[in-house]
Amino acid sequence: MLGWELPPHNSGGLGVACYHMSKALAIQGAKIDFVVPYRAEHPGINFMKIHSATDLTPLERYGLGAYDSSKVIDKPLSKADVNDLKDMRGVQKRYVKFVEKLVLSLKPDVIHAHDWLTMEAGMRAKELSNVPLIVHVHATEFDRSGNEQGNPIVHEIEYQGMMMADRIIAVSDITKNIIMQKYGIPADKIEVVHNAIDAASFDDGYEYNFNTYKYLEALRNEGHTIVATVTRFTVQKGLVNFIRAAARACEKYDKLAFLLAGDGEQRDELIKLSSDLGIADKVFFTGFIRGKKWRDAYSVADIFVMSSVSEPFGLTALEAAYHGNAIIITRQSGVGEVLNSVFRYDFWDEDTLADQIIGIATSDVLRESLQQNVKNEYDKISWYDVAKSCFHIYESMQQKVLS
Amino acid sequence: MSKRGIVLYLHAHQPYRVRKYSVFDTAVNHDYFDDPIYDSGQNNEQVFKKVADKSYRPMNAMLEKLLADHPEFKVSLSITGVFIEQAELWAPDVIESFKRIVSTGRVEIVAETYYHSLAYFYSMTEFEHQVEAHRIKIRELFGVETKVFRNTELSYNDSMAKWAENYGFKGILAEGWDPILQWRSPNFMYRPAGTKSISLLLKNYKLSDDIAFRFGDKNWPQWPLSSNTYNDWVNQSVTGKSIVDLFMDYETFGEHQWEDTGIFEFYESFISKWLSNPANTFYTVSGAIDAFEPVGEISMPDTVTWADNERDLTAWIGNSMQQEALRYIYAMEDDILRTEDIKLISDWRKLQTSDHFYYMCTKWFTDGDVHAYFSPYESPYDAFLYYINAVRDLRWRLHHDHHTGGLNG
Repeated sequence: MLGWELPPHNSGGLGVACYHMSKALAIQGAKIDFVVPYRAEHPGINFMKIHSATDLTPLERYGLGAYDSSKVIDKPLSKADVNDLKDMRGVQKRYVKFVEKLVLSLKPDVIHAHDWLTMEAGMRAKELSNVPLIVHVHATEFDRSGNEQGNPIVHEIEYQGMMMADRIIAVSDITKNIIMQKYGIPADKIEVVHNAIDAASFDDGYEYNFNTYKYLEALRNEGHTIVATVTRFTVQKGLVNFIRAAARACEKYDKLAFLLAGDGEQRDELIKLSSDLGIADKVFFTGFIRGKKWRDAYSVADIFVMSSVSEPFGLTALEAAYHGNAIIITRQSGVGEVLNSVFRYDFWDEDTLADQIIGIATSDVLRESLQQNVKNEYDKISWYDVAKSCFHIYESMQQKVLS
Repeated sequence: MSKRGIVLYLHAHQPYRVRKYSVFDTAVNHDYFDDPIYDSGQNNEQVFKKVADKSYRPMNAMLEKLLADHPEFKVSLSITGVFIEQAELWAPDVIESFKRIVSTGRVEIVAETYYHSLAYFYSMTEFEHQVEAHRIKIRELFGVETKVFRNTELSYNDSMAKWAENYGFKGILAEGWDPILQWRSPNFMYRPAGTKSISLLLKNYKLSDDIAFRFGDKNWPQWPLSSNTYNDWVNQSVTGKSIVDLFMDYETFGEHQWEDTGIFEFYESFISKWLSNPANTFYTVSGAIDAFEPVGEISMPDTVTWADNERDLTAWIGNSMQQEALRYIYAMEDDILRTEDIKLISDWRKLQTSDHFYYMCTKWFTDGDVHAYFSPYESPYDAFLYYINAVRDLRWRLHHDHHTGGLNG
């Protein structure tokens, strides 16, 4: 399995998904060699072997940005310097070289590569070993850039990877459609396997700490409704629309507070925007959080909003549901394909989002109905089923090789 | 001795759906039922005109033909007040065709609440007002008196039967539900427990739902159903008995079962086949009550409806959102009526229509069977949100225009 991050060294959902998927596959009998581009301890991961393609620390690797493909310099791998580990392309080249060697010694039955970051290595490995390649698409460059532009070299890698792949796994129908429409891949080559949530892994003795967001708790006690989002502050996430909807909602009902948990290049713009709109005192920025503070952000909230312009899946909505939030998501978010008891809106439709927030904030029965009913739904989604779908795909690949 | 017969009863209704009425409309616009977007799914004019084309026009044409071709053919209809209002606005020819078939004297109109509401369960004064308003509307439009009562969603219980008897109705309709009937057949006339003069007609749900729900279902083992087979079933069912009560939505014909399922041809053919046996006939609901004495008493202390496997009101009042919405709307009764503001009172009553609460039903969502959710809205939560915004606007109008009531959030 070719990946770019695993918890606790992840900066987003990609690492979480890879972790749970691998764990469920291992439980069902898969022997997994997982390659990451850095060297670090992964406490608690004993169900597979982790290979480090470089000696970079996870922090150095963060600087490269697993999610920020706009920083990638437009250069083909042949021109990249394998010794320049400050350059994303250099690290990727090193990663490819590492995988080339590994694949010849391990002789795997199948190569499962996650996102564009590892697609070149996947293609090279397939070329060398003649082993089937599965490309797992958690996000495309169209999602990351939030528009039609994106980085041309990343588009090119994605296109080649998907063309070369024997099978493509998309995390939602939304993503499948993008792969078909933007990359011209035929529908029958793509399998949709929705991500899941491991409710058991949240059941670890966690207890909400009321002091983490003490001020927000005080507001809550005074009858305020806390509206949260947990995300990276990038164009993809639609946060400008979210802040504008927040201001619109406050025009009609002002016992609202908005918690923006996370960080990203848009942070300053969002702070300025909330000031321009006169709601700066109602918007709370946490910076990047993980662990307990991250879970406490869900726990302090009444409503969770996923405002993404384009979200292939959106694990945070499932996490928020687990922590008892009423969920509002854009129609452009793939997680909506597995949830029914939620409000939906189009990411640009600020009035509808404002209306939904006020509706929940001013009706206990609506808030409680949403919070309780969505719990019955995420309970039915499991990584076990995700792994089962992956196994089916692996097996169909091998039959193809044999015949 | 009277011939055995079919009692065909069709229920015609369209609600005034609430548009996507947001908090930004509340206290500003009061046009809950006027969607500016024609194809939104909540646009009542668009829906009415669509169903008129698919169902009301072709079905009325067929009923006219059947009445002309078969002197023994009879049918009973209930037409809600909110249906009539919308038809007068957007399909006046449909009203004219109803008038023509009623004028044959072989079509009976059944009484119900004008607003197709659940008022019986929340306010008796409001309930009686709506029953009376419906009687008046039917009298004005068709020149006939209603004699038999059915309540919204065919909801029924013993105390409702007593009410109907005291009110002067000679009959009342209900579901012929097995757990209540046990060994008894729905194909007889009954008397509601504790009454003296009123008769109870029970829907034969198997034969009714074969047409209403299953006719076009290709997964049904009996598909495609021929009029011969169905005629055999009905004849078998009624052998040695009096009547077969076939109760269904009027919109079964052309809307629930589309024209291309062959429903119209099937029905016309079935009527001919049924009447080709000289032992068979049709009755209106009153005609059946006149022809057959009750054979026994039936008691339904708890409310029974014609809906879902549970045959209860859970699809309307089962969850907390529905219960709250109903509580809000009926809590306003005194304040609303005191205003004598005709527009306000009419809007309040239109918001009592049971469909609004049905759209808030979550039982299919929680069962994972979203496809069973028939609603113009994306989810029950949307339905609740727009409804509650409209309720708030009613409160605002009370407060602002009439200086009464509180805003209450």
